[in-house]
Order: sequence, then C-alpha cells, then structure tokens
Amino acid sequence: MKRVTVINYGLSNLLSVRHALEHFGAEVRITNTPADVLAARALVLPGVGAFRDGMDGLRRLGLVEPIRQQAAAGVPLLGICLGMQMLFDESEEFGLHAGLGLIPGRVVRIPESDTDGVPQRVPHISWAPLWPAGGRADFAGTALAGVTPGQECYFIHSYEARPRQDAFRLADTRYGGRAVCAAAQRGSVLGTQFHPEKSGPVGLAILEGFLKQL
Amino acid sequence: MPKKIRLIARLDVKDANLVKGIQLEGLRKLGDPNAFARRYYEQGIDELLYIDIVASLYNRNNLSDIVRKTVDEVFIPVCVGGGLRSVEDVRHILSMGADKVAINTAAIKRPALITEVAEAFGSQCMVLSIQAKRSRTRPGSWEAYYDNGRAHSGYDVVEWAKRGVELGAGEILLMSVDNEGLQRGMDLELIEAVTAAVNVPVICGGGVGCGEDIVEAAAAGADAVACAAVLHYNKETVAELKEDIRTGGVEVRAV
Repeated sequence: MKRVTVINYGLSNLLSVRHALEHFGAEVRITNTPADVLAARALVLPGVGAFRDGMDGLRRLGLVEPIRQQAAAGVPLLGICLGMQMLFDESEEFGLHAGLGLIPGRVVRIPESDTDGVPQRVPHISWAPLWPAGGRADFAGTALAGVTPGQECYFIHSYEARPRQDAFRLADTRYGGRAVCAAAQRGSVLGTQFHPEKSGPVGLAILEGFLKQL
Repeated sequence: MPKKIRLIARLDVKDANLVKGIQLEGLRKLGDPNAFARRYYEQGIDELLYIDIVASLYNRNNLSDIVRKTVDEVFIPVCVGGGLRSVEDVRHILSMGADKVAINTAAIKRPALITEVAEAFGSQCMVLSIQAKRSRTRPGSWEAYYDNGRAHSGYDVVEWAKRGVELGAGEILLMSVDNEGLQRGMDLELIEAVTAAVNVPVICGGGVGCGEDIVEAAAAGADAVACAAVLHYNKETVAELKEDIRTGGVEVRAV
C-alpha cells in the first residue's frame, strides 16, 4: 500500500486530491501536524489562494521546517498550484514573500499583455498543453511519464514560477506567446502549476506516475 | 494568438433534480444531476457548473451532497452557485469538493462579499455570476437580474462586471436571460460589451444550440461557453460540439 500524506493548512479543496490518489489505491492521510509530516513517506502540498496566506498557514502550524527536512531527506514531495509556487524561494504576490526555498527561483505575476502587446486575461484559466522542458525530449523517467507531449491539463493562476535554471523546468506550457513553467522538479521535489486532480485522465496519469515512483 | 475556449456544462438543480427551462421559466425535470455530470465528464467536458436555482429564495444551497458525490469520480473543475451568502457558506461548499463559487444575488445585495471571498480563497475562486437582460428603456444596454431572473437590480451589466472585477472577482459568469433555453444562438453584443470591459476570463451562457453558436461567441470574446439544453436533450454530444468548434477555427481541449 502506497501511503501519502496530504498537508492541510486550511486553504484548499482536499477532497479532490484525496479521491484522485485513492483512485490508484493510495492510503491517504490528511494532516496539519509537524509529527505527521516528519513521519510521512510521501507528501502532497496542495493549495489555492494567495502565496502569503499559504506560507503563513504553514508557519503557524510549524510545518515549514518539517517539510524542508523531509525534502532534504529525499522524501517525495508534490506541490500543486499554490503548493508548487511555495516550493520556490520567493513570490512577488502582494509584496515579496519567502517560500520554502526547495527549488531556486521566483514567482511573478503573469504579464497583462501577450507578446503582440495585446491585453490578455489574468488569471490564466485554461486547459493548456504540457511540453517537455529543461532540455528533455519527452517525459520518460519522470512522474509525467504517462503524458504524451501536447496533452492538456487544467491551469488556474495569476502568478507563474520562474525557475532560476532551465534544468529545474520539467514541463512548460504557453500563454500569450510565452513559455510558462507548468511543472518544476529538483530531485524528489516536484511541483505542478496545473491541477492534476482536476485534469481528467491526463492528470490522473500524472498522480499515478507520482505514486509509481514511491 | 489562436483563440482557445473552455466548454462548460451547466447543470441547474432544483430539489436534487436536474432541471431546464426557457428564459428561466417553465422548468422540466430531467433526472439525476450526477448521472448527467458523469456522462459529460466521460464525453470530455472541460468543466462543470452546478447552480441551485431555488437556493437564493430559501437562503441555502442544497448542492453539498450532489457535489460530494460528483467529485468521487469526476476529475475536472467544478463551480457551484446558488444561495451562497457568506464566506462560511463558500468554505462549506469548497470543503464538499467545489473548486470555485458563482455568486449573484448575495453580491448584488452586498458587493463587499466579493472582496471577502476573494481574500479568503483567492480571486480565482470567486466567480461573479451575472444574469443579463436587455434593457427596454436604454437600447444597447443590459440590466443585471437576480433571484434566478426574477428580480432586477437596476445595475448596468457592463458597469457591474467592471466593479465586480475591481472588488476581486477572478472570473465572470455572464448569462443572457433573453436567449436562455431557446437554443437559437447567444447574445453576441452582450458578450462583446462585457469581454471588452474586463481583463478576467468571461464564461458566457444562454442560447447555445450548436457548435457554430460557440464559435461566434468565441469570436465575440468569450473565454468559455456554458451549455445546457443542447447537451441535456442529447441534441449534440460534447465530442460533436468540440468537433464543430474546431472546424470553426477555435481551439478547445482534445478529448
């Protein structure tokens, strides 16, 4: 039985993540305690809402250091949407705020206009394709192995992560003519800007891929 | 940039039944909403929109059980509306598995609710729902209705949409009451007016009878289109609609 611990810091719809993981036979524990996080064999950090509120939630619960320790020990960690953004060093949302610092880079606002200078919608809400990034030709050997390049996932975000090095980009999508980081990875730490639990069969294949690596 | 849209199934619910009317009147019972939701998911719909259409009259939303059952096996975004009046109401329906909430009546009565919900859960969660009816007195303008089309607010739709975005709405759900249920095409002038006035995505609904209607709505500026009757009565499947949308030169998620 694959055991997955989902971190609940009060900001998200946990039911969908739980159902999606259970869909593949995982045993899911939802927790907000440092002890449970430290005992976890695999962690999922979901999240919607503002960066500052998310980090405040983790700090208030004393979860920042336990998450960092687990990541340093190589425990698989999947951050989703805001959970992905919090993996980075910092975010510009409502002033500059420090993140978990597990993947080097910064989270910035999506530009208000596309590369033609035409105003574009923010938040970016779309089913958008995943393309291999960071010099990859495909997703083989990663949690995204079940994804054929070009398959679409559900994005809903006003800010985007900019990894400091291309090597941390696992998948990109495009919005307004620009590359947007769709998934980032550094060692056992993985983040998806899209919601795999809301991306139909393609998203489920990604969660299955994450579980397979455990 | 090529235009890409989202295709959304709108499920109006009354007393645990999926219902459909014309211009929001003369409701017909169509069956178990979960069965329809599941069918549309399997056919490749991009998103579900549940509205409890009598909730605002009774001041409560009865969709908790339906939503909870839906997200057991349906892994796409679910937006829920109808009778949500407070941050606590929103928190509850999100905990049942909803990803976003659509708020109309309570936002008209107390616009500060838009800001409260956006601050508590993020603006991407706060969808301002607008029921637009053409003004008889001022041609070329629309008035926002509430209580499922029964009551008029006196708000100009375009101004209300702009204000809603300023207050924190991350998305607009724009429905034409005039065209609703007729399946004879959408109010394209309405779509143009609202999508040009705001910089957040706009879901447009009311009047879809075929894929061509959706192509026209996309050209008018719609970012997403909500369909009901055309799907509920099996006039077209999701896949057929998407095929026609692509033929019309508009991108949509592959099934």
